[in-house]
Amino acid sequence: MIAQNFDYTAPASLAEALSLLASGEAKPLAGGMSLIPMMKLRLAAPDQVVDLGRIPELNYIRHDGGRVRIGATATHHQVATSTTVRSQCPLLAATAAQIGDVQVRNMGTIGGSVAHADPAADYPAALLALGAEVTVANAGGSRTLSIEDFLVDTFTTALEPGEIITEISVPAGGGSGCHYQKMLQPASGFAIVGIAVQVTASGGVIASARVGVTGLTGKAFRAHGVEAALVGKSAAGIAEAVAGIADGVDANSDIHASAGYRCQMARVHAGRAVAAALAKA
Amino acid sequence: MATTTITKTEPLVGKRIRRREDPRLITGAATYVDDIKLPGMYHAAILRSPHGAARIAALDISRAAAHPGVVAVFTGKDITGVGPVPCGASLPGLRVPVHTILAQDRVYFVGHPVAVVVASDRYIARDGVDLIDVEWDVLPAVSDPEKAIAGDAPAVHPEWPDNIAFHHHQENGNVDDAFAQAEVVVKQRITSQRLIPTAMETRGVVADFQTGDKALTLYSSTQVPHLLRTLIALMLGLPENKTRVVAPEMGGGFGSKLNVYAEEALMGFVAMKIGKPVKWIESRRENYLTTIHGRGHVDYFEIAAKRDGTILGMKLKLIQDIGAYHQLLTPAIPTLSVLMMPGLYKFQNIRAHVVGAFTNCVPTDAYRGAGRPEATHGIERMVDMLAAEIGMDPVEIRLKNFVANEQFPFSTATGLVYDSGNYAAPLMKALDLVDYQGLRAQQKKAREEGRLMGIGISTYGEICAFGPSPATPAGGWESATVKIDPTGKVTVMTGACPHGQGEETTFAQITADELGIPLDDIHVIRGDTAIVQYGIGTFGSRGTAVGGAALYFALQEVKAKLKRYGAMLLESDDVSYQGGQCVCNKTGRTVSLAEMSGASYRAMKLPPNTSPGMQVTNFWEPPNFTFPFGAHIAVTEIDRETGAVQVKRYFAVDDIGNIINPLIVDGQLHGGVAQGLGQALYEQAVYDENAQLVTGELMDYAVPKATMVPWIESDHTVTPSPVNPLGVKGVGEAGTIGCSPAMVNSVVDALRPLGVKHVDMPMTSEKIWRILNSAQA
Ligand SMILES: Cc1cc2nc3c(=O)[nH]c(=O)nc-3n(C[C@H](O)[C@H](O)[C@H](O)COP(=O)(O)OP(=O)(O)OC[C@H]3O[C@@H](n4cnc5c(N)ncnc54)[C@H](O)[C@@H]3O)c2cc1C
Repeated sequence: MIAQNFDYTAPASLAEALSLLASGEAKPLAGGMSLIPMMKLRLAAPDQVVDLGRIPELNYIRHDGGRVRIGATATHHQVATSTTVRSQCPLLAATAAQIGDVQVRNMGTIGGSVAHADPAADYPAALLALGAEVTVANAGGSRTLSIEDFLVDTFTTALEPGEIITEISVPAGGGSGCHYQKMLQPASGFAIVGIAVQVTASGGVIASARVGVTGLTGKAFRAHGVEAALVGKSAAGIAEAVAGIADGVDANSDIHASAGYRCQMARVHAGRAVAAALAKA
Repeated sequence: MATTTITKTEPLVGKRIRRREDPRLITGAATYVDDIKLPGMYHAAILRSPHGAARIAALDISRAAAHPGVVAVFTGKDITGVGPVPCGASLPGLRVPVHTILAQDRVYFVGHPVAVVVASDRYIARDGVDLIDVEWDVLPAVSDPEKAIAGDAPAVHPEWPDNIAFHHHQENGNVDDAFAQAEVVVKQRITSQRLIPTAMETRGVVADFQTGDKALTLYSSTQVPHLLRTLIALMLGLPENKTRVVAPEMGGGFGSKLNVYAEEALMGFVAMKIGKPVKWIESRRENYLTTIHGRGHVDYFEIAAKRDGTILGMKLKLIQDIGAYHQLLTPAIPTLSVLMMPGLYKFQNIRAHVVGAFTNCVPTDAYRGAGRPEATHGIERMVDMLAAEIGMDPVEIRLKNFVANEQFPFSTATGLVYDSGNYAAPLMKALDLVDYQGLRAQQKKAREEGRLMGIGISTYGEICAFGPSPATPAGGWESATVKIDPTGKVTVMTGACPHGQGEETTFAQITADELGIPLDDIHVIRGDTAIVQYGIGTFGSRGTAVGGAALYFALQEVKAKLKRYGAMLLESDDVSYQGGQCVCNKTGRTVSLAEMSGASYRAMKLPPNTSPGMQVTNFWEPPNFTFPFGAHIAVTEIDRETGAVQVKRYFAVDDIGNIINPLIVDGQLHGGVAQGLGQALYEQAVYDENAQLVTGELMDYAVPKATMVPWIESDHTVTPSPVNPLGVKGVGEAGTIGCSPAMVNSVVDALRPLGVKHVDMPMTSEKIWRILNSAQA
């Protein structure tokens, strides 16, 4: 639990950070809640660490252009408690509030979580359900990807060497018909399954639904089939509509939840998440 | 209840006084081993086996030794003069593998220390570990104790191919008759899984060898500094009087630091070799791999009874997972389970056979409860199963079989003498608190609605205050010194080495009351063998029941001596000692404690047959163990869809004898229940078939967090112990012992409509979900 030697720099501006990272050799550090444990276990051994935590331009939450724009280093706590997020995309605030514990939420960042692409992380479920976009930059410029394109596989993203996430944005006006339902792995507190749901409804009947799923398989995904099946359903039809949530999914299996149990828990918690979202819609 | 403002006159024993140790603990002002930084100190990191079993085909340290900053590397061939890690317990026929402090040509468990790298900082030391080249000849390993002794498993130690560490048999009464007369016999295999103690502070050692004096000071996070000193001196071939052990502030032990570890001797060895201080701090990973684990039982129980619920006898075949070696008390722990097998019940016929099974795992040893949780789990499960079998209420069957009040002191089936008890009292109080009849009515309604609600009762008994010396491996007495300075300030030195249990407060309360002085005038010192007289340590819920009693007797002696000085100063032979002063009963004149103490040091004049100075040391040998008891009730509900067990309410009514500080007692019980609940629902050390520890991190080993522990409603009955003058019994382990059977009984009760009779721990959501699925199928 002792890291290898490394150099540490804490640039004060984005430009400086990007030039330090340009060679692709250095590792960005945000909250350190994932990177530092990996370094201590010597699963990661970067020679150089560039701390993004002292760059004011990366830490913001604002509402503009019809989107809620969140700087990469906004902490889970900032997202969970931001009035902008709570009013414009309450699903994201609710999800952030369920990450880890107080200490982790005070340190961990949205950019770090998304860049890390842990298959059991909470954010991806909500970001998928909300149709998030990820803006990344390197010394040469920036580009914006959909969250679906950004998340490639287990611990793998579309980030190129030298690139960092600068912003994550979701459409504003998310509406109150949402819920994040998480089944906790009892040791780590990560999601065995986490289901993020955003619905619109009229008269108790679902008009549109977006469902993001984390924890179930190697990467978080949007359950398109379930979304379609939910349209037109009232509370009574939810269980049947979400039953296919694990169909064709290569489910994770470990000592905390076998694949079969995980799939069933995805169905159960999807049902509960949709019911709770519908009740608030 | 509010904490009490301290005034000089009212008694402090029995008051909810806040722990005096807490301010420094919660403000970061305490000094743990890792806070000790000695000038010129080096740092050690240890290369450990990545395999459950392997031969070391080749070991090359040259790259590590040449690494800048590395000052020394030692391997198994360097430590030839150092004695093996000791096993303090003895049993007839016990097989004791030689446990060298570094592996020789073979490793026996993942984490087995192979080499130590010493460097100028801990990072370089750790880098050095990666630079040691080892060629492993990997061997088959075994991690399951039942498989280990089945006859066809790989041998953990080649010299004992059957993997049997020992057999231990105990039989009392006439078991065969009891079973022949039985109208009903219930049998069940019950496991008490391997657990990882997870003290908040891992182990750590700083060794400092003063080359001039040839004296070693060892700072170690240990529950038993004096025993460690004796045994380390023997291992290292040092005179004991040149060996000092200091246990600084400690972040918990739970039995895992009631031991002598390879690393303690290893750091002493390194310090002696390099002539410089050296520090090793255990990482959490190392802690999980190499600090003892607890439990590890597979128990086959049979209980014989009459249809009216009268228990006639019990049989037990116990397989104890030993691990690869015996640590200090490893083989003794399951024998405690046998002793406590009858629980609170009066039946007199038992037969128990224990088999110790070597496995390629880290050794098991004492962990909070140490042998008693397993026993209590067994008897309390069996009694519940018996009740279900004959259609009797679990309360009724207990009341029918309890040792009756007039039977105390009671000789048990296993040869113990229970000191005092009123076993129905906490149960009746708990039933009252929960409104048992109301709960059963609620349960009936829940069942009609298809909900799975359970009510689980455990009436535990436990053995504390270890103990009379003949019954313990290394002495069961305890010591205390009371020293009053010329200015009247009082220092208490306890040999018990409390390490988080709160005796700095409770011992001060006892002292304040006996001497009639304010708490603030009392300083309690523990944990340094150069300051404190020899002592045994804190474990087995003995701190106050044995250490507190030793203090009590020391205080009586010091009071008598003060009184003699008081009489002299007051020039009267009719004086009494009260409220921190001596009063002449005729004139009403008084002298203060400081005046009496001061006079004893100035010694201008001495009372008859009285020595100067005001210091008394007492070594107290307890005449018996103490036996606390209580009733815990868990109300649970199971989520049919997920299998999750929800604790709706948790009640604990404990009888731990007299209570010195109810606030501290609550804390001990809450923590104990949390650990029992951890075992019941979440925790399990999982080794795979290659003897790799799967739960090697807190990411995978589920210690319950605050949000996972229910509100605990607690109360007491008080049955003082006649064994010690304080009337206390011990509280450190009661919560853990009482909890797990209450939880399992509750979950089984919830699942009863589905025909479920037993569930093994941990009762994880998936396990319950599978039971629900197979029951519904
Ligand atoms: C005890 C504990 C419990 C936790 N529980 C949960 C939980 O319940 N749910 C959950 O989702 N997570 C949980 N986490 C993880 C936590 O949310 C982390 O904060 C998060 O995964 C990583 O964010 P970070 O800011 O700490 O990133 P870091 O640890 O600093 O970095 C993580 C990775 O992302 C890279 N990185 C960081 N920022 C950027 C950026 N802007 N651009 C490109 N790459 C970047 C780093 O180089 C590194 O590879 C837990 C962590 C801990 C320690």
